[in-house]
Amino acid sequence: MALFLLGVIGVIMRRNVIVVLMSIELILNAVNINLVAFSRLYGDVAGQVFALFVIADAAAEAAVGLGIIIAFFRNRETVLADEMDLLKW
Amino acid sequence: MLDKALFYFFAGIAVAGAALMVTRRNAVHSAIFLIATLLATAGIFLQLRAEFLFIVQIILYVGGIMVLFIFVIMLVNLDVALHQIKFARQKWVALIVTLALTAQVGVMFWTTGKMPGQGFPILTAAPANRLPPNAEAVAKSLFSSYLLPFEIASVLLLVAMIGAVVMAKKRE
Repeated sequence: MALFLLGVIGVIMRRNVIVVLMSIELILNAVNINLVAFSRLYGDVAGQVFALFVIADAAAEAAVGLGIIIAFFRNRETVLADEMDLLKW
Repeated sequence: MLDKALFYFFAGIAVAGAALMVTRRNAVHSAIFLIATLLATAGIFLQLRAEFLFIVQIILYVGGIMVLFIFVIMLVNLDVALHQIKFARQKWVALIVTLALTAQVGVMFWTTGKMPGQGFPILTAAPANRLPPNAEAVAKSLFSSYLLPFEIASVLLLVAMIGAVVMAKKRE
């Protein structure tokens, strides 16, 4: 729970987009712990399988997110969330 | 007893690493602390008898995703970002969201505690023989009942790979 909350704080408060992405990984990990814990409690491997899918999704998300960051940095020379204001009115 | 001590050891490392990760100014330090957190999580997995996930966590997260992160951190120039303010001006949003989530969990515990016939939901530890070494069982389950999600996940990974390449490619 504490991990999840810290991840949420990180997502909302950090300016550096890379660290925001890392916070998302943190949230996914907190969820994984929960899944595995209940899988252990009920003696069923379904929770572990689901955690495996979550890890795969996290990998995909990280790859695409970092690709976007690289493309963005090439265009705008910044990784700060405040300065991404192209769509701001 | 030893189980409990180990759990608190790993959980302490994980939470401390997460806190440090969110508060560090330097993104490289953040990444290092995130690695510490992920390794501690892997330890918790091992303690919960998820050996396969323990290995996957170390190889994929620590070995794969974090290397990717560090590459990108090195690629984008961070010297500028270092001297600027660390947090965005969204402190109050963060505080309110966090408090709301905490309250939600609190209410959940409270209501389950009030349900008839149930005490405060402190789950008793699972018996030691509940989940035997189970990498095989995971594989069987993954390739029988969860075959379709598995295939979809593989397509997703392919799409993500192509997408990342396209996104990071230099435009002429």
